[in-house]
Amino acid sequence: MGRRAWVEQIMNMPISIHLRGAGLASPEVERAVAEVFADLRRVEGLFSTFRPDSQVSAINRGQARPGDCHPLVAEVIELCGQARERTDGYFDAYLPRPGGSRWFNPAGLVKGWAAERAAGWLRALPRRGFCLNAGGDIVVGGSGPREGEPWTIGIEDPLDTGHLVATVSVPGGAVATSGGTHRGGHIVVPSTGVPAGELLTATVTGPSLMWADVFATAAVARGAGALRWLTRLPGYAGMVVRPGGAALVTPGWPAGASTALARPPDDERRR
Amino acid sequence: MRRITMWILGTVCGLVLLLSYHTSLGGTRGDRGAQHADRDAGGVPTTGTSAQPTAGTSAISGDLFDGKVVQTRHGEVQVRAVISGGELVDVVVLQVPGGNHHDTEINDRAVPLLRKAALAAQSADIDSVSGATVTSKGYRASLQSALDAANFQG
Repeated sequence: MGRRAWVEQIMNMPISIHLRGAGLASPEVERAVAEVFADLRRVEGLFSTFRPDSQVSAINRGQARPGDCHPLVAEVIELCGQARERTDGYFDAYLPRPGGSRWFNPAGLVKGWAAERAAGWLRALPRRGFCLNAGGDIVVGGSGPREGEPWTIGIEDPLDTGHLVATVSVPGGAVATSGGTHRGGHIVVPSTGVPAGELLTATVTGPSLMWADVFATAAVARGAGALRWLTRLPGYAGMVVRPGGAALVTPGWPAGASTALARPPDDERRR
Repeated sequence: MRRITMWILGTVCGLVLLLSYHTSLGGTRGDRGAQHADRDAGGVPTTGTSAQPTAGTSAISGDLFDGKVVQTRHGEVQVRAVISGGELVDVVVLQVPGGNHHDTEINDRAVPLLRKAALAAQSADIDSVSGATVTSKGYRASLQSALDAANFQG
C-alpha cells in the first residue's frame, strides 16, 4: 500500500495533498491532483485581496456589485452571511477600517471553502485515502481497503511552533486552526476592529472544513467565552490555547493521544 | 518515517523563521513574499551527492531531495533533505538570505539547529500538522516540497 504527496504554493500558502492506497502514479490520480491545484488557482484569481484584477478587489473599489459577480463569488457572499449569523457576528467578512467604513475580505471563509471544494476531486478517486492540508487547515477522507483508518493530525503549539500541543485522530472530516496573535494578529473582533488577544489559537474539528475554520476564527475573536460556545455546536469539537499556554478542550473532543498532550488548565508555566 | 514530514516541517520552519528574523534589518533581495513562487509540483529528487550546497554541507551520503527555491521577504530560501534507508539523515539549507555579515552569522547558527531539530523529530508519528498561518510561508514551501518529495515518491 503506497503513499504519495504533492505540494504547491497557492493563495500565498503551501497546499499539500497526501494520498494512500494503490496505483498512486496512475493517470486518474495525476488528473485529480492537477484538478485540485487548478481549482484552487481559479479561486485565488477570483478572491485575492492582493490582486487588483480579482473580483473581491473590484467589489472593494466599488466597481462590482455582489449581484454582478461570478457565481462562486455570489456563493461565498451568501455563505459569509450565514457564517456571521451562526457565530453571533464573531465571524464577519465585512471588517471595520479606521474611519468607520468596512471592507470585504472573505479570506477567512474562502480558504476552508476552497480546500473542501477542491478535495471533491480526491474524494471521487476510488480506493484511495486523502489528506489535503491548506496552510494548516486539513480535510481528510477517501475510500478503499484502509477506509476509516484515521489520519493522525498534530496541532501546532502556538507558543513553540516546533512542537505540538495535541494530536487528534481523524478518520474523515476536518481540522482547522486559527490564531496567530503572537505574531501580530490577523484576527480582529469584528464589532470593534481590535485584534483578538484573549486566546492564542482555537482548533475546531468536525465534518466540514469551511465551518471548522469559520468556527475556529470566531472562537478566537470571541475570546474568553469561546469554549462554552464551541461546546454548543452540534457535530463540532474544539480546543483553545490561552496566552499562558494552557490548552482546553470541549467535552466532544476526540479521545486518544490528544488528551495526553493537551496541557492542563492550571499549567501556565510558560510565560 | 514518512508520517513525520509535516512535523519536521513545523519544527524546521519555526527555527528558520526565528533565526532569520533579524535579517530583515540588513539588505534584502526578495520583496513580495512567496506569491510568485514556482508553480511546478513537488521538489526535485537529485540522486547521489553531486550537487553543491552553497550553505552547509552534508558528510552523510544518501538520496538528496531539493525543495523549490522560494522567494521570501528576506530573500531566497531552499532546503535539501538527505534520505538514507528510508530515514531522514540530514537537512541542509542550500540557500538562505545572505549578503551582509549579520545575515551570515545568523545563518551559521541556524543551520546546525535546523538539522538537530529535524533529526530529533524522527520519532513523531504524525501525518500532518494543523496550525494558524503565520509569516513563514516561504520557508514552509521549500521545506515541504523537499520533504514531501523525499518521502512520497510514487
